[in-house]
Amino acid sequence: MNFDPRYSARSFNSVGTRPIRPDGVDKVTGRARYGADFNMAGQLVGRILRSPHAHARIRKIDTSKAQMLAGVKAVITAADLPDLTDGDAAMYDILDNCMARKKALYDGHAVAAVAAVDARTARQALKLIEVDYEVLPHVTDVDEAMKHSAPVLNDSIFTEGVEPRPAKPSNISKRSQFGHGDTEEGFRHADKIVERSFRTEQTHQGYIEPHACVASVSSDGTADLWVCTQGHFVYRQHCAQLLGMEASKLRVTSSEIGGGFGGKTHVWAEPVALALSRKAGRPVKLVMTRDEVFRASGPTSATSIDVRIGARKDGTITAAEATLRYSCGPFAGTWAEVGAMTAFACYRLENVKTIGHEVLVNRPKTAAYRAPSAPMAAFAVESVIDELAKEIGMDPVDFRIRNAAQEGTRSSYGPVYGPIGIGPTLEAVKNHPHMKAPLSRNQGRGMACGFWFNFGGQTCTDLNIGADGSVSLAVGTIDVGGSRASLSLIAAEELGIAYEQVKAVVADTSSLGYNDMTDGSRGTFSTSMATISAARNAIKTLRERAAQMWDISADDVAWEKGHAVAKGGKHGNLGKLSLKEIAAASGTTGGPIAGHSELVADGAGVSFATHICDIEVDPETGATRVLRYTVVQDAGKAVHPTYVEGQYQGGAAQGIGWALNEEYIYGKDGRLQNPGFLDYRIPVCSDLPMIDTQILEIPNPNHPYGVRGVGETSIVPPLAAIANALSNAAGVRMTHIPMSPPRVLAAIEAKQAG
Amino acid sequence: MVEVTLWGALGAAAGGKSKIDVEAKDIRELFRKLAEQYPGLEPHIERGIAVAIDGVIYRDTWSKELPQGSEIFLLPRLVGG
Amino acid sequence: MAGVAVSTTINGDNVEYLCQPDETLLDVLRDRLGLTGAKEGCGTGDCGACSVILDDRLVCSCLVLGAEAEGRNVETIEGMAHGDKLHPLQQKFLEHAALQCGICTPGFLMAAKDLLAKNPDPTEEEIRFGLAGNLCRCTGYDKIVRAVQDAVSEMKAA
Repeated sequence: MNFDPRYSARSFNSVGTRPIRPDGVDKVTGRARYGADFNMAGQLVGRILRSPHAHARIRKIDTSKAQMLAGVKAVITAADLPDLTDGDAAMYDILDNCMARKKALYDGHAVAAVAAVDARTARQALKLIEVDYEVLPHVTDVDEAMKHSAPVLNDSIFTEGVEPRPAKPSNISKRSQFGHGDTEEGFRHADKIVERSFRTEQTHQGYIEPHACVASVSSDGTADLWVCTQGHFVYRQHCAQLLGMEASKLRVTSSEIGGGFGGKTHVWAEPVALALSRKAGRPVKLVMTRDEVFRASGPTSATSIDVRIGARKDGTITAAEATLRYSCGPFAGTWAEVGAMTAFACYRLENVKTIGHEVLVNRPKTAAYRAPSAPMAAFAVESVIDELAKEIGMDPVDFRIRNAAQEGTRSSYGPVYGPIGIGPTLEAVKNHPHMKAPLSRNQGRGMACGFWFNFGGQTCTDLNIGADGSVSLAVGTIDVGGSRASLSLIAAEELGIAYEQVKAVVADTSSLGYNDMTDGSRGTFSTSMATISAARNAIKTLRERAAQMWDISADDVAWEKGHAVAKGGKHGNLGKLSLKEIAAASGTTGGPIAGHSELVADGAGVSFATHICDIEVDPETGATRVLRYTVVQDAGKAVHPTYVEGQYQGGAAQGIGWALNEEYIYGKDGRLQNPGFLDYRIPVCSDLPMIDTQILEIPNPNHPYGVRGVGETSIVPPLAAIANALSNAAGVRMTHIPMSPPRVLAAIEAKQAG
Repeated sequence: MVEVTLWGALGAAAGGKSKIDVEAKDIRELFRKLAEQYPGLEPHIERGIAVAIDGVIYRDTWSKELPQGSEIFLLPRLVGG
Repeated sequence: MAGVAVSTTINGDNVEYLCQPDETLLDVLRDRLGLTGAKEGCGTGDCGACSVILDDRLVCSCLVLGAEAEGRNVETIEGMAHGDKLHPLQQKFLEHAALQCGICTPGFLMAAKDLLAKNPDPTEEEIRFGLAGNLCRCTGYDKIVRAVQDAVSEMKAA
């Protein structure tokens, strides 16, 4: 890679403006096509049969009656998806999750599927499939699953990270540990120590668009997949591996995506749709119902967390510890590990220790959800930080400022920080007018900090200049929230042309090199880097073509404000050539002009946010209402500030829903009791106030424009910010998320009872 | 020679060490030598390890140079939403 | 099962179709008529992504049968703009970036249009309650409310 990603200060013409997004008109007129909006001639309807049991051995599946039903074209079970994962444990889990092999591991686990001429026939066929289950004892609670008496989900799991290796299998798939210093010594120097245990319930990403795809496998071994996904190249790899296809023969086209938030980062039903199409010899459309989305896709971990922090009277934290237990669903994961890494990342600590336990339970396979694992850890830590500040009589913002990590601090997860934004967000909060606004009875204000890593990753971009001088930008990262607008701004900035001259599209997997998916807040960070690189490559060609047109050396041609300019005294009379003029002549100067870029965007730079919120609690009912909310976060450089604000606001709203309402509720039978938007209630418009934002711009030294990822961090602080506000409003310390009215009311009544 | 710090679980796979000195010019050479010297690390490397160089996390740029005297920290490779 | 012959008006055009007695209006619009602007987010009337206006009343088309459209007026997102001229609400949604993924947008625009038809000068609270039957998971609603407020100002001035 000849590309230099280092930041250099500059002024901008396009970056930082707020134009209308290129995909906007299609989205306000109903023309944009999402996963379920695509059809193929002769397509069948696919449906999946799901286990009603939380844990059951599958003795036998009889599909003969279903196959006999008129209009049924294919019925498949795990036998039609043989194990081709070749020892790749993570892929095997994905395969097992797509279609249960020996055991159904949660309520909703797929066990068979049909393709039929219409939905009615497909539904009838599902009823004719006979599954002989041996129902097994189950466990859905994270703490229960860790007990010796708990039913073991997978007897080949022996806790990793424990020496010596345990003799017996258990539901704890892994133990991880981070930190430095000596916490016991640190606690000895503390004047006050606060220790508490917390629980958070499982939540779903809650994207409004259910998973949907259309799969078409031809008899010559080629295939097409139309699908809503956060990463079509990743889906291609997964599907090709699981179906034994060559990746290049499977073309995956990403639809517009109706929300993902981490839930569309690996395959769920797509391999099933391809297997049905292969067997039926016809295209198959498979769309999940909302019930299936809740029972069998997503969700995040349920957690149980202990935190202990000690401080001196002068406000210095002397030691901090956390033990985190995160549910993974029935498959091994690294969710607690990430929680353990992020828990104390905001602070400068001499003595810190975090321990994570990954816990297998009979719930759906845990998936990433926006800054995965960080919100729960932050809820526990930021609650204790607030309480400790009170104990030593210090303002909670000042207490955090005193202990905030800064450049040169050894992070709680290991490395030493470069330039970071936690201090500036705290200072901004301290000086924000929101902090001084008056409050009334039953109202309270809380604040909290949040951290997320941010990623880069493999990225490939094509920039093609048409003969008319317009520019098409083909990217391979899915646009989840306006990135085509941001990337068009970047191309316009680098080329020195108008935003309107650039049209960005997301290319399919056969038209562009591999791209990692849009996750880890990497979409705009990585692809803007590749776009800058591609534009610089195109500019090199543009300069060469201008040199040809002038018949001078390309070394004497510079690129300034969208024009080739001849440099040096001897070319003083040559004037300038616009991009448009050079493009118009391209047919006779060497053909089309393009710039490509393939790179690994690393050095994303960590991200911090601090939130303030005001709430009012109704002491009669325990209902909590958010009155005012402010997000302060570092964006490095906001490419399209409106969409940066949108990320801040959207993450905060998801965090508010998590804090106050959302939870998976399981019955004693291990079945999910609220798999619908009526009983799993996400915030609606009347639940929320306006969400104010303040964008800080502390340039990322590893991006040419200083850009940092902005997508995830804003979901991290709200849980604790609201818990802290509730504590200030009602004098109750809530330790169980969500802080639903019955829980808050019980806490208020317990306090009144003394 | 660079000094490499390992996170908890990785240290166990390297015979209980938390710091290792390795003669390596870039991430690729670092991984190769770690796998040679500590075979227990190989499965971790295959699953994915991120390398923090002076606080900046690299997941895939194996050609990244390891400057003398820089702080090298190995971390689990993470997922995002 | 025998189909039901339906004659109705959709976005001002006369439309005739055959549908099953248990088929929803949403399925008819999407699968039989190719009008995929209305989305199915839940199928139970909880998310509002399938909102259409049926005889001046906002409905979730997943809760209406296709056969019930007989002789009535159906208005969908596809009929909101006049030719290439966007409705002020559509224009303001674009200008305020009131959409991120956009899957809920057709439903919100239908709901907002219905709201303003009944209350041309709503307060912020009235907008929030008027749109409370539509779920958006991306925006936190801030920019949606602002877009509607701005459209109200513009429509009042016009």
